[in-house]
Amino acid sequence: MTQMTMIQAITDAMRTELRNDENVLVFGEDVAKNGGVFRATEGLYDEFGEERVFDTPLAESGIGGLALGLALQNYRPIMEIQFFGFVFEAMDSVASQLARLRYRSGGMYHAPVTVRSPFGGGVKTPELHADNLEGLFAQCPGLKVVIPSNPYDAKGLLISAIRDNDPVIFLEHMKLYRSFREEVPEDAYTIEIGKAKIVREGKDISIITYGAMVRTAFKAAEQLSKEGIECELIDLRTISPLDTETITNSIKKTNRAVVVQEAQKQAGIGAQVIAEINDRALLHLDAPVGRVTAPDSVFPFAAAEDVWLPNEKDIIDKVKETITF
Amino acid sequence: MNYSGKIEDFFPTLRILNVQGHVVDNQRKPEMTNDQLRELMRRMVYTRIWDQRALSLNRQGRLGFYAPVAGQEASMVASQFAMDKGDWLLPSYRDIPQLVWHGLPLYKAFLYSKGHFEGGQYPKELNAVMPQIIIGAQATQTAGIALGLKKRGKSQIAFCYFGDGATSQGDVYEAMNFAGVYKAPAVFICQNNRFAISVPVEKQTAAETLAQKAVAAGIRGIQVDGMDPLAVYAAAKEAREHAIAGKGPTLIETLTYRYGPHTMAGDDPTRYRTDELTNEWEKQDPLVRFRLYLEQQGIWSREDEEQTSEQAKKDVAKALKQADGVPKQKVTDLLGNMYEKPTQAIKEQIEQYSAREGDQR
Repeated sequence: MTQMTMIQAITDAMRTELRNDENVLVFGEDVAKNGGVFRATEGLYDEFGEERVFDTPLAESGIGGLALGLALQNYRPIMEIQFFGFVFEAMDSVASQLARLRYRSGGMYHAPVTVRSPFGGGVKTPELHADNLEGLFAQCPGLKVVIPSNPYDAKGLLISAIRDNDPVIFLEHMKLYRSFREEVPEDAYTIEIGKAKIVREGKDISIITYGAMVRTAFKAAEQLSKEGIECELIDLRTISPLDTETITNSIKKTNRAVVVQEAQKQAGIGAQVIAEINDRALLHLDAPVGRVTAPDSVFPFAAAEDVWLPNEKDIIDKVKETITF
Repeated sequence: MNYSGKIEDFFPTLRILNVQGHVVDNQRKPEMTNDQLRELMRRMVYTRIWDQRALSLNRQGRLGFYAPVAGQEASMVASQFAMDKGDWLLPSYRDIPQLVWHGLPLYKAFLYSKGHFEGGQYPKELNAVMPQIIIGAQATQTAGIALGLKKRGKSQIAFCYFGDGATSQGDVYEAMNFAGVYKAPAVFICQNNRFAISVPVEKQTAAETLAQKAVAAGIRGIQVDGMDPLAVYAAAKEAREHAIAGKGPTLIETLTYRYGPHTMAGDDPTRYRTDELTNEWEKQDPLVRFRLYLEQQGIWSREDEEQTSEQAKKDVAKALKQADGVPKQKVTDLLGNMYEKPTQAIKEQIEQYSAREGDQR
């Protein structure tokens, strides 16, 4: 076991799979000699050479098309979108092309492509870098969307994503890249895509969230515990497909829930979780499900991030509101 | 290459057969056996007849989405004729003839037209991607396939088809640029049929030729008379050899014309082009020209023509019957093709829709 940051765990996952499977390729903008703008691909070019780890011209749509074509030659591409805000340039190649390949070919072809991309607020990037666009992709049939909240999960989930025979959008929250270290096994291991994790057990209310908000919600839960409210914290880890079983079982136990997302409110993952709870466990609820989100503006300019992003206090207030309903 | 003077002057139109069917460029005339010449003619005639049948079936409501091909037979069929069996084909929605001549059973083409998922289930030995609807998206995929073929060390290449309108898409430039950087074995065939639905090529770009769009990507570009099957074949064959030799991709612009509407779904060409223009292009007709040439060689007869035509009609009828005989598709078929293993939600929806399977709504 080694102590790793999340970005080290991500690099380690790619290194592991580049070694395990000669069909795995890593490509994108600045990923080769430069090792990626965040150094996520550090050392991979040196170890595996240009045949396996290579730079592309600066064109996101082209990168997506390249990935699909390579997949049709039985490669297992890991393509990087340098910042997730740039993904709009690749909307067709990812959401219409990669996502539909299996469907359009009646199951004859598939796209085992991992789309890695940094995103998320709190690091004061220029505009169109940090945007929480995960909801757009959760709405695309044919894609899976994975968002790890810690180094251990990041490695296991990324290995699963690479081995998956369907396209997986793997989103890496920039604030988590180097914010803490934890024990990460050196060997390959997988974490099942589509399985949530109960981070903290509790009897009074379920907090359901993902990504960087897991840490924020955990702190809120610790604070609430001091006030006698025991929160069960669920880290979704995969937002598409949702682990409705874990969500439902938790609601049946706590009878109350708050969903938390960093993204703006409109048509987000939180809304989908609430709809699933309504479908599957409505009569177990003692109160309406609370929702903590960012407001419905464009992802804010850097100087406004602190007031825009949901925080610990927002979660604490919403939990109390739901508990006292 | 040293481009001095006007850029378009570096992209003269390659023509080998004139409209009278006479060879005007002996030097570039491709080496083809009589059997090959006859087979190419047979395929073009067959395609023309099949297209006519498809139009009529469409009007009767017995076929679905269909984009007519008459006028473009040389551009489509003669370029595909330069492909090896193992080469990859990435067509647009109009390029169904190339798919069929590359090995797609005709009834599958009809299933695609009808909007049945089995129309996308290609035989294992057919190296082709399903027709692309998004203009230019197949081009970036071509770069990927070609790079993959190069990495695998295969002597196969990728052929990509798109129209004049597609050259305005960023994807087409990105594709040529990617393929150029990686020296990937690809041939991009731009069938310039003068109109992207209704917009004339003059309003598509200020460039005098589309072939010159290769210059910015640093790849080879060539313009050919797209109504001349020998010119199209020669250009495609050369481009293939260039790619196989590791010299990188080529953009081929074929100057052609579609006699019919954009698709059979309500397009009215009289709104945007004149009969005079269509008549002018019909005088260039690829079948007429090639027939004259082969007749002069004494290797094509009235009987050959009739036999081919009869065969095409028979095959179309048979293929349509076969397509009609394929069981109706169900929502559960579609759900089952979303992921390798169905997600919980999809499992539940399959169960829900299985219960209604008898409905045949």
